[in-house]
Amino acid sequence: MKLSLNWLREFVDVDLPVPELARRLIDATAEVESWETIGANWEPDKIRVARVLSVEPHPNADRLRLVTVDAGSGTQQVVCGAPNVAPGQKVAFATEGARLRDGHTGESTVLKLRPIRGVESAGMVLSEKELGLSDEHEGILVLPDDAVVGRPLVEVLGDVVFDISTWANRADLLGVLGFGRETAALTRKVLREPDRTYTESGRNVAELVSVTIEAPDLCRRFTASVIEGVTIGPSPAWMQERLQKVGMRPINNVVDITNYVMLETGQPLHAFDYDLVRGKQIVARRAVPGEKLVTLDGIEREFDGEMLLISDGGGPVGIAGIMGGGNSEVSESTKNVLLEVANFRAGSIRRTSTHLKLRTEASLRFEKGIGPEMAEYAQRRALHLFEQLTGGAVAKGLVDVYPGKQPRPAIIVEDERIARVLGIQVPVEDVRRILTDLGFVCHFVPPGRYSVQPPDWRPDVEIADDVIEDIGRIYGYDKLPATMLRGKLPEPEPTPLMDLRERARDLAVAAGFQEVITYTLTEMAKLERVVPPSDTVRMAPLAVVNPVASQHTYLRTSVRPSVLETFAANRRHAEAELRLFEIGVEYLPTEADLPHERPVLCAVLGGPRETRWGRPGSDRLDFFDAKGAVEAIFDHLGIRPTFAPRTEFGLLEGHTAEVRAGKEVLGIVGQVHPQTAAAFDIAEPVFLVELWLEDMVRHLPERPEYSAPSKFPEVRQDLALVLDGATPAGRVLEIVRSHRSSGVRIRADVFDEYRGPGVPEGKKSLALRLRFQAEDRTLTDNDVAKIQQGLVVRLGKEIGAVLRGG
Amino acid sequence: MPDVDPRIEGLRTEALAALASASDEAGLEQWRITFFGRQDGRVSALLRSIRDVPADQRAAFGAAANAVKAELEGALEARQEGHKSAALKTLTTEAALDVTLPGRPQPLGRLHPVTQTMRDCLAAFKEMGFRVAEGPEVEWARYNFDAARIPEDHPARDMWDTIWVNTLIDGERNMLLRTHTTPNQVRVMERTPEPPVRVVVPGKCYRQEATDATHEWMLTQIEGLAVDEGVRMTDLKGVLYGWARKMFGADRKIIFHHSYFPFVEPGVEMAIDCFICRGNGSACHTCHGTGWIEILGAGMVHPEIIENAGYDSAKVTGFAFGLGVERVALLRWGIEDIRNFYANDLRFLSQF
Ligand SMILES: [Zn+2]
Repeated sequence: MKLSLNWLREFVDVDLPVPELARRLIDATAEVESWETIGANWEPDKIRVARVLSVEPHPNADRLRLVTVDAGSGTQQVVCGAPNVAPGQKVAFATEGARLRDGHTGESTVLKLRPIRGVESAGMVLSEKELGLSDEHEGILVLPDDAVVGRPLVEVLGDVVFDISTWANRADLLGVLGFGRETAALTRKVLREPDRTYTESGRNVAELVSVTIEAPDLCRRFTASVIEGVTIGPSPAWMQERLQKVGMRPINNVVDITNYVMLETGQPLHAFDYDLVRGKQIVARRAVPGEKLVTLDGIEREFDGEMLLISDGGGPVGIAGIMGGGNSEVSESTKNVLLEVANFRAGSIRRTSTHLKLRTEASLRFEKGIGPEMAEYAQRRALHLFEQLTGGAVAKGLVDVYPGKQPRPAIIVEDERIARVLGIQVPVEDVRRILTDLGFVCHFVPPGRYSVQPPDWRPDVEIADDVIEDIGRIYGYDKLPATMLRGKLPEPEPTPLMDLRERARDLAVAAGFQEVITYTLTEMAKLERVVPPSDTVRMAPLAVVNPVASQHTYLRTSVRPSVLETFAANRRHAEAELRLFEIGVEYLPTEADLPHERPVLCAVLGGPRETRWGRPGSDRLDFFDAKGAVEAIFDHLGIRPTFAPRTEFGLLEGHTAEVRAGKEVLGIVGQVHPQTAAAFDIAEPVFLVELWLEDMVRHLPERPEYSAPSKFPEVRQDLALVLDGATPAGRVLEIVRSHRSSGVRIRADVFDEYRGPGVPEGKKSLALRLRFQAEDRTLTDNDVAKIQQGLVVRLGKEIGAVLRGG
Repeated sequence: MPDVDPRIEGLRTEALAALASASDEAGLEQWRITFFGRQDGRVSALLRSIRDVPADQRAAFGAAANAVKAELEGALEARQEGHKSAALKTLTTEAALDVTLPGRPQPLGRLHPVTQTMRDCLAAFKEMGFRVAEGPEVEWARYNFDAARIPEDHPARDMWDTIWVNTLIDGERNMLLRTHTTPNQVRVMERTPEPPVRVVVPGKCYRQEATDATHEWMLTQIEGLAVDEGVRMTDLKGVLYGWARKMFGADRKIIFHHSYFPFVEPGVEMAIDCFICRGNGSACHTCHGTGWIEILGAGMVHPEIIENAGYDSAKVTGFAFGLGVERVALLRWGIEDIRNFYANDLRFLSQF
C-alpha cells in the first residue's frame, strides 16, 4: 500500500527524518519497502504558487495564449499553450533556471526563457509531467484553491510516498489512519482522528430505504444512508491530489469520497445511484446458483450459492464487498446517493474473490478482517465529506442492521505471562501507555494483571499473546537480551537412515564424486527412458496440478534421469572425467496415502582417464571404476557385498551387476545402455551406481568388525590358475576366502585375467595374490606349500581349475 | 721384497685399465662379473690358484693377491660412488622438473554448497542441544496449512504459492508439495507426548512461483522448534544469535522486527547487520543501504498449536523459526544468483 507522509501528518505530528520513521515502522508495524520523494528537485525560489489573473490571445499564434500571473512578487506575463488555463486558478509557476522535466521527452532539463513567437515570457506555468508527478501533459496542473500565492511549490505539493507491505491480518493498516495510530504510539504523539460531524438536514432515512440481511453468517452488519440533491462534479484538488499520489484515479466527487474514506480508514464503502435502486430496498443474500450480474468493469459474472450478493427489489446490484453492479452505478446524472458501508465475513469475501478471480481494493481489505464497528465510523466520516463536497442533504439517522453484534469480551493479560512469553518485565506504565496509544482500553488490576479491551479496528487481537505482541513490538524488541535455553534436553531419537545417508554422502565425496542437487519434478518422457513399463509403481508417478513448467510435472520415481542429464550438461564444457552423485528420494505412490519417499544414492561416472605427465593406464573410466567406488563405500561402512550379473532396464546386459549382502539386493552398478545414454545426449560409455539406502541400513554392523593385527608375519604367494572361461572370478575368490586349514586365514585378490596364446581356447587364466596368516605362529614355507596344495585340489574339484603351467 | 708374481701384476694392470674404460653402470657390472664373479671371476680364480703355488711362496702370493683384490674392490667402489653422485647431479640439473607444470588432477569430490551450508547450520544448532528430525516433502494440506492456523479462506495463504498434487482422496485435493518446513512443528509435537522438544527439521520445500535471481521454486529450509516450560522470546534471540555468529562471524549483531505468521505470536523477522558494508554503504547491494539483512522468520509458537499438541499452553511455551538455506549460502559466499544452485554446473559447484 502507498502511504503519503502529508496525509499521515493530518493525523499525527511527524518530526522524525523519513529514514528514521521508516525504520521505526519496519521494526514495529509493517514492511516499508521503499519511498519516493515528490518535489525533491523543486527549488523553493524557482518554482512557486501563482494565481492566474488574466488569459489573453497570443497576437501571433492561435493555439498560444498570454497569461498574466501573480507569483507573489508582482504580475508577470508568460506564454502558455495549455487549453485548460483560466483566470482565478492557482498554478505552479517556474522561473529561469528551474530544474524540470521536458514536457515531451520527460528528460531532465533546466528552464531557459526565450521569446515565443515574438513575445517575451517571464516564466512557465507547469504541467504534472514537467513537475515529474505523472505523464499528464494535456493541460497545466491546477492547485488547491487554498494554496498561498508565492509559496514554494515544494511546501504545497512536496511529499514522501512510502511503499509498504502490510501483514495479512491487519486491514486497519490498509488505511492512513492505522499508520497514524501506529506512528503516534511509536513516537509518543497524539492521534487526531478525522472529522465525522455533519448535519442531518434531509428526510428520515427509514422512509427512503430498507435493508434486510438474509445471510447473517456472511454479513454481520449493514449500514446505509441517503444523500439527496448531490451535484456530481470533480472532487476538490486536494482530494484528487491525494488519491493520485497513492495510485487511484479520481472519477467524481461521490466516487472519490468513497475511495478517500476507504484509503483513510481501511473500511470499503459503496455508493449507489439511489434512483436506480429498485423498490428502495436492499437485501444481502446468497446468490441463486447461476445468477448473473454485469459488474462495474463491464464483465458479466456468474455466481454460486455460497456467494453473497447485494440485491434491490429487482435483482442483484453488487457482489458484496467486492464490486458493485453497472445497473446502479453513480453517473453524471445522479441526483441522490445511497451509501452502503457494511461488514462481511472475511473468509466469504476471500472465497468469492478467489473463485471469480476478482481482486479489488475492497476485497483486499474485507478478506483481512475488519471490525464491524468500523462500518459506522466510515459511514459518518463519509457523510461529513458528502455534506462538505457534494452540496447534498444527509438524511436523518442511519439504517443499521447489525445481527452480528456481540459484546467483545475483555482479554485478561497476566503480567507474569508477558514475562513468560517475552522473557523480560515490561513496566506497568509502559504497558498502559502502549495499549492506550494503540486504542485499547486497558485497566491494570493490581497486583499483576491487565483487563484489556481491544479496539474496534483490531479484530486480529483475540488472546493475551496477541496483546503481548502489541506490547512487545511497540516497547521494542531491541530491549530483549539474548539468553540461552534452560532446562532438560530432549530424549535422543536414533536416526540410522539419516546417519547412513550422511556417511554415504561423505564417502561418495571421498571417492571423488561431486555432489549435485537436481529438481525433484520431472517429465514422463524422461522417466520412461530408465523405468521399465512393467514397473507399475514407478510408471505411475504423482503429477502436480500447477507445475512451474511442463518439464516439472511429475514427482520423480527415479533419480537416474536427472543425474544423467547433469552429466550430459557438464560434458558440454568439460573434457575430463566426470564423477557426479546425488542423494535424493524417489516418490513412490501408495494407495490413498502420502507417497513413500525412498532415499537412493545415484552416481554416474565416465570420461577419459587422466594421463597427464606420463602416467600410464587404460584410456577411459570403466565398469571397474564404478564398482571400485561401490566396494570402497561398502568397505568403509563395514558391509561385505557380493556382486552378481543383473539385467536392469536402461543398463547394458553383461556389464551390469547387482550389489548384494546375503540374499538381499542393496543396489546396482553397471554401464548405461548406449541407447539410453544417447537419449540423454551422452555419446560416450557412462557408468551408473545406485545404492538403496533403506535396504543398506539393515545390513550396517553395529560396530566395525575388529581384530588386532597379528604379531606373526604373513606369507605372500602368487598363484596362476587356468579355468573355464565362463567361471566368474568371484566364485574362485569365494572358494579361496572360505578355505580354512589349521587356523590359517587366506586373503585373496585377483590381479590379472588373461585369455589368449598359451591358454587353451575357451579357458582363461586368473592370477591371484594370496596372503597366508596364522594367529599363533610364524608359517614355514612347508606349511604354506601344504595349504596351497589342498586349496588347489579343492579348486580343481569344485570348478575344474588347474595350476597354470602345472 | 721378493718379486711379485707377474700374473698378479698383469691382472692388476689389466683390471685397472678395463675399469677405466667402463663408462656406465652396465660396464661396471660387467667388470665386476669378469673379475669378481663367484665362480669364474678372474680375481677369484687367482686367489684359488694359490693351491698351485709352491708352499714357501704361498704367503707372499696370498698377501700380494689379497692386496690387489682390495685395491680393485676399492677402485670399483670409487667408480660406483662417482656414478651415483653424477646421476644425482643429473637429476638436479638436466633432469630437473618444470615445477610450474600443473599437478596431476586427483579425483576429489565436493559437497554441494547447499549441503555444506545446511550442515554448518545444523551443526550450530546441534551444539545448542537441538536434535535433527525430518518429515515428508509431499504433505497433507492439513499439516501444511490448517494445523499451522492458515485456513483455506485466509489471505495469509497468499504468502505461500502452493504446488498441488493431482490426486483426489475422498473427492478432495488435499496433497501438496510442502511450502515450508512448518508442518513439522506439528508432526514433531504429535510424536512427543511430553515436552521438552528441541529440534531442527531440514528439507526441501516448493513454491509455485517464477524463478529469478533471488527466487527458486525448489528451496531448502530448516525449521527450528523449542517447546518447554520456560522457553522465552529472549531464548529465541539467544539461539539465533549463536547461529548467526557461527555462520556470519563472531562480531555479528542481530535485530528482530515485527512480522506476521499465523502459527506464531508474537511473530518476528530477524536481520543481521550487513557484514559487507558494515552499515555505511548507501549503495550496498546486499543490504540496499539499510545496514541490515533480513534473514529469517521466527516467533513464539501460537498457544493454540501448543494446546493442539496436548500440552498446557498456560505453562508450556515455545519458539519456532524457519530459515532458507539457499539464502544463507548466497550471503555467506556473495553469490548473486540463486539459480546457480540447481543448474549443477561444475564450473560453479567446484568452487565451494
Ligand atoms: Zn550493506
